[in-house]
Amino acid sequence: MSVSVRVPTILRTYTKDAAQVTAEGATLSDVLADLEANYPGIKARILDDSGKIRRFVNVYVGDEDVRFADGLATATANGVQISIIPAVAGGC
Amino acid sequence: MAIAATESEAAATARSFGPAAALSCRECGERYDLGPRFACEFCFGPLEIAYDFGAVTRASIERGPKNIWRYAGLLPVPANVASLPNMNPGLTPLVRADRLAAELGLESLHVKDDSANPTHSFKDRVVAMAVEAARAFGFHTLSCSSTGNLAGAVGAAAARAGFSSCVFIPAGLEEGKVVMAAVYGGKVVAIDGNYDDVNRFCSELIGDAAGEDWGFVNVNLRPYYAEGSKTLAYEIAEQLGWRLPEQIVIPIASGSQLTKIDKGFRELIALGLVEDRPYKVFGAQATGCSPVAQAWEQGHDVIQPVKPDTIAKSLAIGNPADGPYVLDICKRTGGAVVHVSDAEVVDSIKLLARTEGIFAETAGGVTTGVLRKLVAEGVLDPGAETVVLNTGDGLKTLNAVDSGVTATIKPSLDAFKDAGLL
Repeated sequence: MSVSVRVPTILRTYTKDAAQVTAEGATLSDVLADLEANYPGIKARILDDSGKIRRFVNVYVGDEDVRFADGLATATANGVQISIIPAVAGGC
Repeated sequence: MAIAATESEAAATARSFGPAAALSCRECGERYDLGPRFACEFCFGPLEIAYDFGAVTRASIERGPKNIWRYAGLLPVPANVASLPNMNPGLTPLVRADRLAAELGLESLHVKDDSANPTHSFKDRVVAMAVEAARAFGFHTLSCSSTGNLAGAVGAAAARAGFSSCVFIPAGLEEGKVVMAAVYGGKVVAIDGNYDDVNRFCSELIGDAAGEDWGFVNVNLRPYYAEGSKTLAYEIAEQLGWRLPEQIVIPIASGSQLTKIDKGFRELIALGLVEDRPYKVFGAQATGCSPVAQAWEQGHDVIQPVKPDTIAKSLAIGNPADGPYVLDICKRTGGAVVHVSDAEVVDSIKLLARTEGIFAETAGGVTTGVLRKLVAEGVLDPGAETVVLNTGDGLKTLNAVDSGVTATIKPSLDAFKDAGLL
């Protein structure tokens, strides 16, 4: 499955300033592994030491926050848009 | 990696941000130069302002203007801030609420009524800070993701300070809030989704070339913007006669306001402006959007996001960024996080109006409802000095209440007497 990943400004040092990259994988976990293979170091910015999505990172597969889906096991259909977003924005 | 400013940039920054020294990650402590950034590059944690405070005394504050700029020495703003075009919010009434206290069985209760701000919500405080940051960074457009109050505050502040504005709201907001956002002449864009969808959209826009020179008050200006909530703490303490309340009830949307009021109290103690005495912080949510209260009840330190379903739309943030810090603060101070149903919110709006003449928006119904619940359950100390926040005006959420005329009669004394109204 080929997916499109929207990269936040903070992580673009890993993607040579690309705001959007392509990755492969049937689940979010696979996609992150593929990103790591192509952009070494990026996975550790998204996942903590225990392998969970960091507390202040939101990941969307399509329009769905993966916390409402299956987390890292969320299926990533061919062509889907994945967005990685800092969670600290918004609200008061 | 922190980006070092040039010497001239550093000097300009120092002038623009007064006692603010740097940005510091609340999660891992990494420090950054002051700039339009909001998340740590290492752990994505929230960046906060770190200060190097000069001499601030009660007397110097009391000599200041009758708005939030009397606390300029404690905020990331230039020394001449009071002379710049801004909405100049703050110094709103701290209402001694004896009738509400009597009804609830409390000895000492005050309502901090922020509906008295220029656009009738506490958001004027935070936006005032963001305007100064936007000015310093050279942005020309002010923007935000908003549940309504913030959109109005941004529209008004942008108009006065000479910025363009474009605010993003979830479709289906209360009509009053939409009008109050749109009347100032900026763009108001409704997004087909809830607040969390709007917030996500704004975060993506800011990472796109289209939004790179925009000042999003609650995204890339968030560290500066959020500091505005500290002024609630300063005012409450000053209005109580330079004393901290023993108990305070604060609404939770993202949780930022609660964390900053706590920060403000701690700063006052550290600066010797108030006596160091314990205070308990209570967070208030509506049941239909209560991820922080649910985590509190279940003893979790991680917030499980929810899909909001409540009339308290100004608090309807299902994925509250500062939720974990709210839990820490309420635990540390001996407080709690409590939720009330929409029916209790409406009833509490009427209770506050009936006893104190304050017409609160739904968020004020949430805090008043939680106050009542805390007293009923014996969690609050009825003898301790208590403050409850009303963060917005009931005129913004008219649809939430069903109050109306008592009777319709002919213009005659007989009709009046016959209607049994005496």
